[in-house]
Amino acid sequence: MTDLTPETPSPIRLHKQLERIWGTGPGLQRLAAVNHTVIGKRFMITAFVFFAIGGLLAMLIRAQLATPNAAFVGPELYNQLFSMHGTVMMFLFAIPMLEGLAIYLLPKMLGARDLAFPRLTAYGYWCYLFGGTIIVVSMLFGVAPDSGWFMYTPLSSQPYTPGINADIWLLGVTFVEISAVSAAIEITVTILKLRAPGMSLNRMPLFAWYMLVTALMMVFGFPPLILGSILLELERAFGLPFFDPERGGDPLLWQHLFWLFGHPEVYIIFLPAAGAISTMIPVFAQRKIVGYHAIIAAIVALAFLSFGLWVHHMFTVGIPHLALAFFSAASAIVAIPTAVQIFAWLATLAHGRPRFDIPMLYIFGFFVVFVIGGLTGVMLAMVPFNQQAHDSYFVVAHLHYVLVGGFVFPMLAAVYFWLPHITGRQSVHRISVPAFWLIFIGFNLTFFLMHLTGLMGMPRRIYTYPSNFGWDWLNLLSSVGGFILTMGFALFAVDLILQFRFGRHFRRNIWKASTLDWAMPTRPTSYAFASLPKIEERADGIDPDRLGAELAAGKGYLGFARNNRMETLAVDMTTGRLEHLVVLPNATYLPLLSAGLTGSVVLCTLFKLYIGAIVFAIATVSSFFLWSRTTGLTTDSGPVPVGNGEFVPPDVEVDGSTPWWAMVFALSANGTLFASLIFGALYLWLVAPAWPPAEIADPGFWLWLAPVAMIVSSIVARWATGINRQGGNFAPALFAIVIIDGLTIVLISLALSALPDPTAHAHIATVAAILGYGWLHAAGGFCFALNGLMKARGGYVSARRSLPLRLSVLWHDYTAVTGVIGALLIGAMPMLIGMLEGVR
Amino acid sequence: MKSIARIFSTVAALLTLSACAAPLSTLDPAGPSATAISTLWWVMFWSSVVIFILMMAVLTTIWLRPGLARTVRPGKWIIYGGLAVPGALLTVLVGFALYTGERLLAHPIEDAPPRISAHGVMWQWQFSYPELGDVGPTRVLHIPAGQPVDILVTSGDVVHSFWVPRLAGKIDAIPGHENVVRIQADRPGSYQGVCAEFCGNGHTRMLFQVEAHEPELYANAVREAAQ
Repeated sequence: MTDLTPETPSPIRLHKQLERIWGTGPGLQRLAAVNHTVIGKRFMITAFVFFAIGGLLAMLIRAQLATPNAAFVGPELYNQLFSMHGTVMMFLFAIPMLEGLAIYLLPKMLGARDLAFPRLTAYGYWCYLFGGTIIVVSMLFGVAPDSGWFMYTPLSSQPYTPGINADIWLLGVTFVEISAVSAAIEITVTILKLRAPGMSLNRMPLFAWYMLVTALMMVFGFPPLILGSILLELERAFGLPFFDPERGGDPLLWQHLFWLFGHPEVYIIFLPAAGAISTMIPVFAQRKIVGYHAIIAAIVALAFLSFGLWVHHMFTVGIPHLALAFFSAASAIVAIPTAVQIFAWLATLAHGRPRFDIPMLYIFGFFVVFVIGGLTGVMLAMVPFNQQAHDSYFVVAHLHYVLVGGFVFPMLAAVYFWLPHITGRQSVHRISVPAFWLIFIGFNLTFFLMHLTGLMGMPRRIYTYPSNFGWDWLNLLSSVGGFILTMGFALFAVDLILQFRFGRHFRRNIWKASTLDWAMPTRPTSYAFASLPKIEERADGIDPDRLGAELAAGKGYLGFARNNRMETLAVDMTTGRLEHLVVLPNATYLPLLSAGLTGSVVLCTLFKLYIGAIVFAIATVSSFFLWSRTTGLTTDSGPVPVGNGEFVPPDVEVDGSTPWWAMVFALSANGTLFASLIFGALYLWLVAPAWPPAEIADPGFWLWLAPVAMIVSSIVARWATGINRQGGNFAPALFAIVIIDGLTIVLISLALSALPDPTAHAHIATVAAILGYGWLHAAGGFCFALNGLMKARGGYVSARRSLPLRLSVLWHDYTAVTGVIGALLIGAMPMLIGMLEGVR
Repeated sequence: MKSIARIFSTVAALLTLSACAAPLSTLDPAGPSATAISTLWWVMFWSSVVIFILMMAVLTTIWLRPGLARTVRPGKWIIYGGLAVPGALLTVLVGFALYTGERLLAHPIEDAPPRISAHGVMWQWQFSYPELGDVGPTRVLHIPAGQPVDILVTSGDVVHSFWVPRLAGKIDAIPGHENVVRIQADRPGSYQGVCAEFCGNGHTRMLFQVEAHEPELYANAVREAAQ
């Protein structure tokens, strides 16, 4: 390794060299793309396709409801229509859309060349595409989910939905959720580590702050639903009665798990949109945002509050009023951080020199619609009113005002704002304005009236209604509004095509924005920045025109191509001090392969071919070994030059590299899943009907040996890293871990086989679930140890390059902690059940 | 000012008028619980109208009279608009709503109200009257008018929700649980009820009638209906 900084060639040569390394090949090689610009666009386009499908479903719903006693569709089909409309819009449009925007924009706004884990980005996209396709294709066969997007048990349980419909929801959505969680982890790590040198946390553009908070909320918000879906699928497929009130389960447990996810979800959708608004408003107000720090405080507060509100979806299930009072107050308080943001935006406009453009038109639409949605939200937070309005069309109106106002309008503004960035073409505005007014008027006509329809007693999810309830004219007008709205969206789609086709090319920074995403050629190159900037002020106040030219000339960091490697920089999380060099993996078909295998697991499970599912699961895990095989470096290099006369170590030689942090956040998500499982076990014990169980699960002393083995394994894992740090031979220690973890798997299997029939009572089923969780983690530890051995054999591990060993330590520590907690709970269960008469 | 007041009263009249024709309307309350909630609604509705108009006025001012909007310092926008005003309004509202909600609960009272069981099964309601010698079940819910009645709501299969909008808010029927809702019809008459929680293909059809009788005729009406 040379100590000399490679020379910066001429801008054209530099471009050609970098493009050769970072670019995606033509033809079929597109399937190997890992580039954030490419995949971000794919996410957004796919999301818009699903949006169109969801919109079409809504049109069918409005056609059916336009007149009383309509015979257009029957209840069987109508139930599929509204279940799919909600599912598609939430899981296949909103979440992937915000992920796509974040994937496309974040590296560009942070001054990095790509996201932290390009292959994971690609894997997430394929999972989303395959999962979404499974869900949508089910409609063509008439077996689409029909128990609502909320899937309340027992309606969604086996006796009442015997077909494949509910399984498609549970497995398809979980598949897409896995993609969402992996994207969330990637976004978190990218924002925390892959920023331009000098960009401390308090210099980050607000959009990055919003996405950081959103991504962390996804890390902690999605696992409860993933757990709920797994438990419900276990109940449906194997009869484990987690939600069956006759066998010690409780339908309310599903509702808690669902809304524990479902409410944060609303803010997960709103925050990125608000982040886009906080980015666009300063541009059109022509001044910096007012209240940068107040906004950050507001969104952090919002994130915490949003996890304490879920019960306001359950005000009518019979929870004591005092408990409801707490959630009611919390739901009202959440209006305050939202108001702080709105007034920060208003103040920015008031103190700037606002100028008009199409994005501003949509932001105006956002203000009107979202304020109404916020006001009805406060109304619904009031318990007595909620008990009237809940599950009526008032809620339908409210949620559309919040989600369309808080997400769709800002996203349409964002489309007009960043479309020139994507296409490199200036907008032609001839039909943008009429499109907006059709959307705005159509939306309000459709949904404003629904407030009244709801107050007049129309319940949700009825497929028709008699004429004598006084809802006829309201529904007819709502349907007319719905078709105006559709025409607006059709015009919007035409407008986009025209912009692609006829927009004039422009040079740089068409809006006179002052964020880094405009300090690059547009359309963006695959490598985003020819060289990376040094940030010396808040990153929403830079001059892209000057900086962009300098960076293109290679005057920043890494203004060269080296060893055919994709290089970018990582910084200290808080201070933004330059920390290490990140080498990213090149384009590969592996993500497609792994996603295809994961999809096969899902399909096999769907059709109850469990042997096939196990085979494909093993194949999926094996494919991840292929990801790991050639990642890293085989020699110690020490600090390498990165330009500007600075030297930093490569990622494999530092402690806090991006994979290590990804592991930390992955385990956080995993820990939330585990905590939800423990919550579920205790909730059933405390609340569910049909307790105490006739038979008590006692897995015997195998149970106590398993956590002991897990602790030993974790100690040995630490020992292995210790040996490695001193340059010794750590392979025997890794072999020992493989053996101990294998032994743990056997021990837990014995404990599982010693259980009474887990379909008999939820108590035994929860014990089995906790044991199963431990089993999977022992198996995971086994794989990490094997991976360590494989990496060591390949020469990727040295005293300095110890990442595979340290990842194994993290995993084994986590396994030991959850193993001990799980064993203690299982061991305490007989005693807890004995106490039941006293506590209930 | 006068014309604004006229618009307001016309809107209110129109809303109430259209609501009157609707047998499921929460805006046409026929009992104390629904009346209290409807009052809460009108308070929130008119406050929201005022807040919305103010917000739009601010937005318009920013656009049309930028000089005026600029006289308020940036920090003040956030402190007043974001914190102080919503904070004060919400505190009052939450207090009022909790007070209202507390009064609607099925607290034990001196004259223990009659208890009637409402059992939801796909897709009908079955009402029985344990205090009248366990007669029933009836398909129509019979109650005495002019006094509170506690309805014990249960389910035999999936989640349903018992809702008679003109009398009270809804309560879910959840298998394995028993919930109570207190309803009261001020006058004898017929009231429409509906299942409010999605419960499968027959959800739309799961309607029911409530007949409120003069108290002295109530017991006989139940026995007659049960035959």
